[in-house]
Amino acid sequence: MPTKSFRDALNEGLRQEMERDDRVIIMGEDIAGGMGAPGEDDAWGGPLGVTKGLMPQFGRERVLDTPISESAFIGCAAGAAVTGLRPVAELMFVDFMGVCFDQIFNQAAKFRYMFGGKATTPLVIRTMYGAGFRAASQHSQCLYPLFTHIPGLKVVLPSNPYEAKGLLIQAIRDDDPVMFFEHKVLYDDEADVPDEIYTIPFGEANVTREGDDATVIAFGRMVNLANEAADKLGAAGITVTVVDPRTTSPLDKETILETASETGRVVVVDEAHPRCNLATDISALICENCFDDMKAPIKQITGPHAPVPFSPSLEDLYIPKVEAIEAAVRELVGKGH
Amino acid sequence: MQLSRDELRTAYKRMCLIRHFEDAVHEEFSAGNIPGFVHLYAGEESSAVGVCAHLDDRDAIASTHRGHGHCIAKGCDPKGMMLEIFGKKDGLCGGKGGSMHIADLSKGMMGANGIVGGGPPLICGAALTAKYRKTGGVAIAFVGDGASNQGTTFESYNLAKVWDLPVIFVVEDNRYAESTASAWSVGGSQVGRANGFGMPGEEVDGHDFFAVWESARQAVERAREGGGPSLLHVKLYRYYGHFEGDASTYKAPGEVEQVKTQFDALDMFKQRVTETSLLGPDELEDIEREAREIITDCVASAASADAPANSDLLTDVYVDYKF
Repeated sequence: MPTKSFRDALNEGLRQEMERDDRVIIMGEDIAGGMGAPGEDDAWGGPLGVTKGLMPQFGRERVLDTPISESAFIGCAAGAAVTGLRPVAELMFVDFMGVCFDQIFNQAAKFRYMFGGKATTPLVIRTMYGAGFRAASQHSQCLYPLFTHIPGLKVVLPSNPYEAKGLLIQAIRDDDPVMFFEHKVLYDDEADVPDEIYTIPFGEANVTREGDDATVIAFGRMVNLANEAADKLGAAGITVTVVDPRTTSPLDKETILETASETGRVVVVDEAHPRCNLATDISALICENCFDDMKAPIKQITGPHAPVPFSPSLEDLYIPKVEAIEAAVRELVGKGH
Repeated sequence: MQLSRDELRTAYKRMCLIRHFEDAVHEEFSAGNIPGFVHLYAGEESSAVGVCAHLDDRDAIASTHRGHGHCIAKGCDPKGMMLEIFGKKDGLCGGKGGSMHIADLSKGMMGANGIVGGGPPLICGAALTAKYRKTGGVAIAFVGDGASNQGTTFESYNLAKVWDLPVIFVVEDNRYAESTASAWSVGGSQVGRANGFGMPGEEVDGHDFFAVWESARQAVERAREGGGPSLLHVKLYRYYGHFEGDASTYKAPGEVEQVKTQFDALDMFKQRVTETSLLGPDELEDIEREAREIITDCVASAASADAPANSDLLTDVYVDYKF
């Protein structure tokens, strides 16, 4: 199977869906780049090159560079979706939702319900999230818990290139508005990715490691850290189940509860701030449904309740670490025998 | 351009339907029969009807929190609307939307909107779909003078211009954004703002159906022919408060009565068509009576209709969601 980067896997998914369905259009700031400028066309192909080459293939009619007007073009994408197209809009950094959130959570997310089931809004919003780029407080947040909170939105967090392509194609084919979160640190990660079109269904968690001693539930980029921790612990004789829920809405509660009950020891790893995030959500879910199966209190590993700092030494402190996951599992394994 | 007799009859009927609809909602709300809050369009009929007279099923409109008039003008069923406003199961939106969210996508009515300035970005999307599919369709964003100060509206002016979208922004300036006078809250002029974004703009007397109709005709024709976006600044007046229950103490004493006496949209229409013998007084009276009967029937149906089932609470959140 060919090896592809996270970036190229997304590019291929977009290209194949655009080839298959002419209702699929993409729009965003610098999504081709160089619009109206004297130099190269397709100068950027998106801020991090995910959409490079799509404009030359599909033309400016289907690859739309926008002014820096997130409210207008995200709302425009919602309006185009509800009138029959299948737009994939790129909100460069999820941190920018502050200027266009209304169009996402009050408009796109609510059309179907407010209009009595008569509206269909097949909109995908791709957005970058996460710390690790020395991008400081306004370009490094997670924020997916905020979107997970909103009925009407689906929220997707691919953890590697294979997941990225399959989940993106699924998102484009989905008839509901989908928030598709791409961790900016993952773009150069490589993995085996089939050339063929494939989809990964929403709401079906991926169990990436199977073990008996503890269950680690992790989101997005954190899945890779959890896998690494599990492999290190495995070498020391501690076996760990790792669950990648893939989507936070819908959420595969069944797999989470089953794997939690099986080991009785749970660590939840969520890069988001600690209050009202996915770690608290999953912890509550487990406490409410399988408290009696727990051998030890649930451990939550998250970013701190502070904005993401700029200085490299501080940002490194901010991001959850493989060592912290290992330590949490070891601590739990020491309890409840 | 001259309107045909049929077009005039249709226009007058729609204006009468809107007026009676809003007066009926006012009565029913006062009687405690309508939940929530409602914002009435009475007095502004010429704008919705004068603009929508040029539209067909290819065309989309986005409305405001004051949306009943736009709905009726775009062809939504008044009975379905009244049931919706009463919160009934067979309302246009199954009772889940209410007054501020009435929509009928099959008629190109993309929704009233509870968010001031929510509509203009969405209507750019409808225009993009029409342009991409080459349907010849145009898209209208109705915005109030309040929404005319929202960033979403300015961003949409710019996007519509740079993407050359078939959009017409109809700024309905009824003098008050809630209780705040547009004379105070709007910097510069609406037409000047349009021109600033490179769009043609025109100020129109919104009490005069014929003035609105003619300006809208030109704007819609321009957009259909690929001439891009434009703006109409429609100056009009609302008879009721911002919402039902608003005592409107910010209005000058006698102000409403003065407008009703001198600039009522329906009276001005009647005067114009009878003076020019386009329609006769008896004919107009018949149309008005018919409209009144339709609305009376709508209210009776709404009052006796069933509420949604409890199970409806959790439907229509998603097309497909695996819980």
